[in-house]
Amino acid sequence: MTIKQILILIPLLPLFSAAIVGLFRNQLPRWTAHAITIAGVGAAFVLSVTILNQTLDGFTLNESVYTWLNSGDIHFEVGFLIDNLSAMMMVVVTFVSLMVHVYTIGYMQEDPGYSRFFSYISLFTFSMLMLVMSNNFMQLFFGWEAVGLVSYLLIGFWFTRPTAIYANLKAFLVNRVGDFGFLLGIGMVLYYFGSVDYATVFERAPSMADAQVNILGSSSWSLMTVTCLLLFVGAMGKSAQVPLHVWLPDSMEGPTPISALIHAATMVTAGIFMVARMSPLYELSTTALSTVMVIGAITALFMGFLGIIQNDIKRVVAYSTLSQLGYMTVALGASAYSVAIFHLMTHAFFKALLFLGAGSVIIGMHHDQDIRNMGNLKKYLPITWITSLIGSLALIGTPFFSGFYSKDSIIEAVELSHIPGSGFAYFAVIVGVFVTAFYSFRLYFLVFHGEEKWRQVAHGDAGHADHKHVAHTNDAHGTHDAHADDHHDDHAHDDAHHHGLGPNDNPHEPGWVVTLPLILLAIPSLVIGYFALEPMVFGDFFKNVIFVNPEAHPAMEHLAHHYHEFMHSPAGMAIHGFASLPFILAASGVFLSWFFYMKRPDIPAAIKQRFDVIYRILDNKYGFDSFNEKFFAGGSRCLGRLLWKFGDITLIDGAMVNGTAKTMGKIAARLRNVQSGLIYHYAFTMIIGVFLLMTFFVKIN
Amino acid sequence: MMQADLTSISWLSLAIWLPILSGVLVLLLGGDHKATLTRWLALAGSLVSFLVTIPLYTLFDVQDGFFQFEELLPWIPAFNIHYHLGIDGFSMPLVLLTSFTTVIVVLAAWEVITKHVAQYMAAFLIMSGIMIGVFTALDSMLYYVFWEAMLIPMFLVIGVWGGPNRVYATVKFFLYTLLGSLLMLVAFIYLYHQTGSFELADYYLLPLSMKAQIYIFIAFFMAFAVKIPMWPVHTWLPDAHVEAPTGGSVVLAAIALKLGGYSFLRFAMPIAPDASHYFSTAMIVLSLIAVVYIALVALVQTDMKKLIAYSSISHMGFVTLGFFMFGQLALEGALVQMISHGFISSAMFLSVGVLYDRVHSREISAYGGVANKMPVFAGFAVLFAMANSGLPGTSGFVGEFMVILAAVKFNFWVGFFAATTLIFGAAYTLWMTKRVFFGDVANHHVAELTDLNKREFLILGILAILVIGFGVYPQPITEVMQATTSEFLKHMAISKLPVTGY
Repeated sequence: MTIKQILILIPLLPLFSAAIVGLFRNQLPRWTAHAITIAGVGAAFVLSVTILNQTLDGFTLNESVYTWLNSGDIHFEVGFLIDNLSAMMMVVVTFVSLMVHVYTIGYMQEDPGYSRFFSYISLFTFSMLMLVMSNNFMQLFFGWEAVGLVSYLLIGFWFTRPTAIYANLKAFLVNRVGDFGFLLGIGMVLYYFGSVDYATVFERAPSMADAQVNILGSSSWSLMTVTCLLLFVGAMGKSAQVPLHVWLPDSMEGPTPISALIHAATMVTAGIFMVARMSPLYELSTTALSTVMVIGAITALFMGFLGIIQNDIKRVVAYSTLSQLGYMTVALGASAYSVAIFHLMTHAFFKALLFLGAGSVIIGMHHDQDIRNMGNLKKYLPITWITSLIGSLALIGTPFFSGFYSKDSIIEAVELSHIPGSGFAYFAVIVGVFVTAFYSFRLYFLVFHGEEKWRQVAHGDAGHADHKHVAHTNDAHGTHDAHADDHHDDHAHDDAHHHGLGPNDNPHEPGWVVTLPLILLAIPSLVIGYFALEPMVFGDFFKNVIFVNPEAHPAMEHLAHHYHEFMHSPAGMAIHGFASLPFILAASGVFLSWFFYMKRPDIPAAIKQRFDVIYRILDNKYGFDSFNEKFFAGGSRCLGRLLWKFGDITLIDGAMVNGTAKTMGKIAARLRNVQSGLIYHYAFTMIIGVFLLMTFFVKIN
Repeated sequence: MMQADLTSISWLSLAIWLPILSGVLVLLLGGDHKATLTRWLALAGSLVSFLVTIPLYTLFDVQDGFFQFEELLPWIPAFNIHYHLGIDGFSMPLVLLTSFTTVIVVLAAWEVITKHVAQYMAAFLIMSGIMIGVFTALDSMLYYVFWEAMLIPMFLVIGVWGGPNRVYATVKFFLYTLLGSLLMLVAFIYLYHQTGSFELADYYLLPLSMKAQIYIFIAFFMAFAVKIPMWPVHTWLPDAHVEAPTGGSVVLAAIALKLGGYSFLRFAMPIAPDASHYFSTAMIVLSLIAVVYIALVALVQTDMKKLIAYSSISHMGFVTLGFFMFGQLALEGALVQMISHGFISSAMFLSVGVLYDRVHSREISAYGGVANKMPVFAGFAVLFAMANSGLPGTSGFVGEFMVILAAVKFNFWVGFFAATTLIFGAAYTLWMTKRVFFGDVANHHVAELTDLNKREFLILGILAILVIGFGVYPQPITEVMQATTSEFLKHMAISKLPVTGY
């Protein structure tokens, strides 16, 4: 088999297994659903590893597979660009996907949509692989929207639940807003570079660095800035950056395995991947980089705040994902693309781990997701406990853990960056460290330590009725969308199903299909940073893949310099890390959460009362949702109704069409008078007619 | 040897007259008391008519940008009118789309139409032949005859098998289209006076003053804009769709609208190229209004068929937008959009038909949670909804993608407004999907629903394969139109204004 055939096989294996399982799910026995898809994704993973091995030895490939279409001298191809970046992404995607496939056997075992679910996640794997393997913008856009489609299908997997089908529509539409900008960006690329092929575009980019375009009136803009910003709008949608972040918390309506795979580890990082891939373009516009950095910083900090007040275990992790995506975006803005990708990779492992751990807790708690009903689960779910602890420590950046290397590198890169906005960004990422540690360990302590609170609450409905948030009704899309934004029972048949633990029940750790993926994800969460730091951030791993202009954006160069000067090795960096500001902040965050939630739970309650206004702002998520619902969704429907009722019905039909018909009727009524039946009337008319005709002919002759 | 034999056959005449003859045959032999025979006869007729159009694709020379498969016979020598047929890269795909859609329509009517079966089937078969006539006629009188003849079967289909408000709808439809086409006739007579011929080729070469071109363009515009339909002469379409039976809606959306688009390329633009450039800004603005305004109107529709009708108008906005930017990518994108819209709108209307046949309501609010009872159908519906929203990997993406990319190049803001379809198109389509298919079972009608039968599965399955097939590999469509497009653009670039002698 040639290497090209292997590459074609890698996305096709998951696609075919998805198609077989999806189309014949009623004919095939249930166990084949996971057998076939796991075989497909497993094989794709093994093949991806062999490809990564090759690219590590310097192999690269940029080849077209088939011509999608030709139009004049513009060619759209489907093809692959394989280098260290795409090979690494392929391995991460297929590995996390494989873990999630295995985990799903346990998580979804009672669900009637078992086969459908496996079909979807395999389809997702295909789409994501097409996205990362692409060598051109057209295919990138295909993968980009295809992962959006699968995300739509999976968020709405339990399609009888109003909240789920509200969330998936919202996710799709918000992503479409991003794709709108993205497509315009691709249009700019095609216009000015004459091609959508990465290699051609990157080659021509430097000659266009000073090109100007007129978009609004006579003011001219830098072409690179406009293009990069438009492309970044796409990244904002997919990677959930403020203000297009609103869909990600709601996406938690989907089953937990896909929250891990799609809404934490892979799809949401597509935007980060894309900007890193486009580094030759972004390097040409400091304005664009500044914007990227500021948007990322806002996301990193302000989404972190929201994580503090969530009580749904999945939503805490979701806000932490938003915040971490902000960190990656900040790194991109600092021209530290390799650091962003590095954090993307470590985050994929530890965040998938945290989500799957949350899922394991949810199974143990019989599908109760409220962390206020949990406590002391370490006693009952030891593997989940240890692995979640590892995940949390990695997330907050504990030295030697994977997250430490990537996050500290981001913070340092921002500190060394001097583009406009970097001061604010540095502040945001530093404060963010404390916030992250605080909400992560708030979750950790409430779930795994303390009292066994489910024994105190009478369960059944009461367990869910006690929450203080009022489930507010969103009327964004009709009146039927009662959208309770808190506490969802993560299961399809929630009404019939017993949920929540009874006061005398003991939670149990799920079987090996759930715990094995946790262990396998905990290992890279622990060690991958240590091993990958030097090659990925300071080595040649991304040579010829990621382009940095060291004169305009020297942060990366300074970072490397700093590392070689003071740290010498990953171990050295970790030891230095213990004395650094981020570590102190993280440690105080952990301590404070312990103090607040283990020692003196009256204090957070008092703070909440004392600062009710702030609490309510956070609880309303800064009002983004209600604004979007009222202004955009409501406004569009209002405008649509106006155009329809007034434009179409009153003006066009009323005045023009039916008006014409009426006028016709009136004229006809007059003409009827002409048909008087009197011969002399007709004769007179005939004479006049003949006279007119004759005059006409005489005139033209 | 074989090739020579095949090319000597009059494929285009077969493509026109076979369906018409089968229609007549169905009328003569069929009837309500022998409905089964009638249906099989109609199916056989439509299948044979489809098969004879296949050689138009297989024998088509993709390098040739001019007319192929030409047939020329004198018809009315006194006025120099000929029976002149021929196809190029613009019309060939549309001819195939027409004959294919007729098969689908016959299948879709199978058990559904029980009243006047023979007449129903015959109307569609005859209409198919007539529409192929419109796409292939190279003599303007022949074209005009087909164009007007097409109204009659469509008028009957809506008027006889239509909904309660069908009289209003048919009269509106008839008045709108007739008014436009009368002006077109005037234009043809003027051109006949100038050239002494009804030959299209002569019109292409005829130099015309700007003033004459502007009048001619406006006359054609009145006829074609109504057919497409362009804003603001679009209001007949939602009414016609709502009242039409499923088959009527399918033909209307899949083919009848394309007659207008095609005719712009065949007549208005090449005959009056200078006027086309002159009016291009206005045309682009009208197209963008269709894309944005109509999409917003679609958003608030409560009737599924009306919603899809508005969605059709919005999608056809991309066709006219693509035409009037005078670029290869834009033009080919517009043509691809026409073909793709043929599949997707057919599928959407057929899907509404599937529900209507069971529940007898087109109101969105009459449904909810259909996916619980019809999971297979819901799968198809989501696929077609995604295609209608222009998802990459479906044919709905290809044309819009090409036109939007070309529009960004043409003018950033044109691209900007065109690209809003990404948001609005998804909004109205998926919101409808959500309300109809997702959620809990809404009422006892939905609770009693049964999933697709084999016939419905077959129809939607074929369309699904086409929608995905051309989304993944659109090259076969664009390949055949490439030579014609570049010839057309060359022609459009040359002014036809007469060189002033003094």
